Amino acid sequence: MDANLLERIRHRLMPTATELPVAHGIPVLALEPGQWLASARMLRDEFAFDMLLDVTAVDWPGQPLRFEVVAHLYSTRDLVRVRLKARVSEGAPVIASLLPLYPGAAFLERECHDMFGVVFDGNADLRPILLYEGFVGHPLRKDYPKRREQPLVRYRNT
Amino acid sequence: MSGKTIPILAAPPKVPTFDYFTTKKDELVGWARKFSLFPYPFVTACCGMEFMSVSSTLYDTDRFGAALPRFTPRQADLLMVVGTVTHKQAPVLARVYEQMCEPKWVMAFGVCATSGGFYDNYAVVQGIDKIIPVDVYVPGCPPRPETVIDAIMQLQARIGGDHHVIVKGDF
Repeated sequence: MDANLLERIRHRLMPTATELPVAHGIPVLALEPGQWLASARMLRDEFAFDMLLDVTAVDWPGQPLRFEVVAHLYSTRDLVRVRLKARVSEGAPVIASLLPLYPGAAFLERECHDMFGVVFDGNADLRPILLYEGFVGHPLRKDYPKRREQPLVRYRNT
Repeated sequence: MSGKTIPILAAPPKVPTFDYFTTKKDELVGWARKFSLFPYPFVTACCGMEFMSVSSTLYDTDRFGAALPRFTPRQADLLMVVGTVTHKQAPVLARVYEQMCEPKWVMAFGVCATSGGFYDNYAVVQGIDKIIPVDVYVPGCPPRPETVIDAIMQLQARIGGDHHVIVKGDF
């Protein structure tokens, strides 16, 4: 990644973030959930990160802030990526939706809601997208039983 | 009731040819059916590539009378389930199977359709035989074309030796 751009982002983030680590070639912004939307807006408007690549989450069972919501942004001008992370608790896994900035966030956030149960405030349509109506639980949470099946068709008596 | 009597027909005269066809009816119908399999490819995943390979020029299932795919289950009698079937998709598969007319056979093409394969997780049906009856299983991930041809021939052998009821009790 361009060191100059990295330095400019770091400089811009000075009040909120003291450091900007680079993991696997991608700078990582560890944010508070409250900064989520504002930081993405800043990156989009000021640094031309105009494409949302992915929204997903990481489950850290046993930790007080259990879910780490992860988003990747891409700049089609500078051809670089940046990673946003924010931790939310199990009791209130709520974070702002990136829908006002990136329309593509709608489906990505639906998938993340399917798999982890993270609620995206501002995304009104969090119906199941990969799962089906009636599916109980969130299968990519670490405490979802590996062998649990929720069939829609009654099994034959074999 | 009138006094009209219903004539009882005399047994048809013994014709050796007729006799032959009566006793060999199953064999004849089986022979006809096994060389006119119309597959419906229910292709869901990467095994579809292998299905294309086996059904096109180089391996050519047409040689076995089992090539012309019907893209509606109502015209097909061999359901080839090619690929992974998820729980979300299972109702579709069940509906497709129910739409097929008798007689019908099902081939589980590849290890995912057979047993779920390595997708032992929340999403995948662990073998389509949990939902619909299966006549022949094809192992492999994906199966070699020769394996599929072998499965077709085994299915044909079974159809050829089967008892074929033309009119069922609930007809």
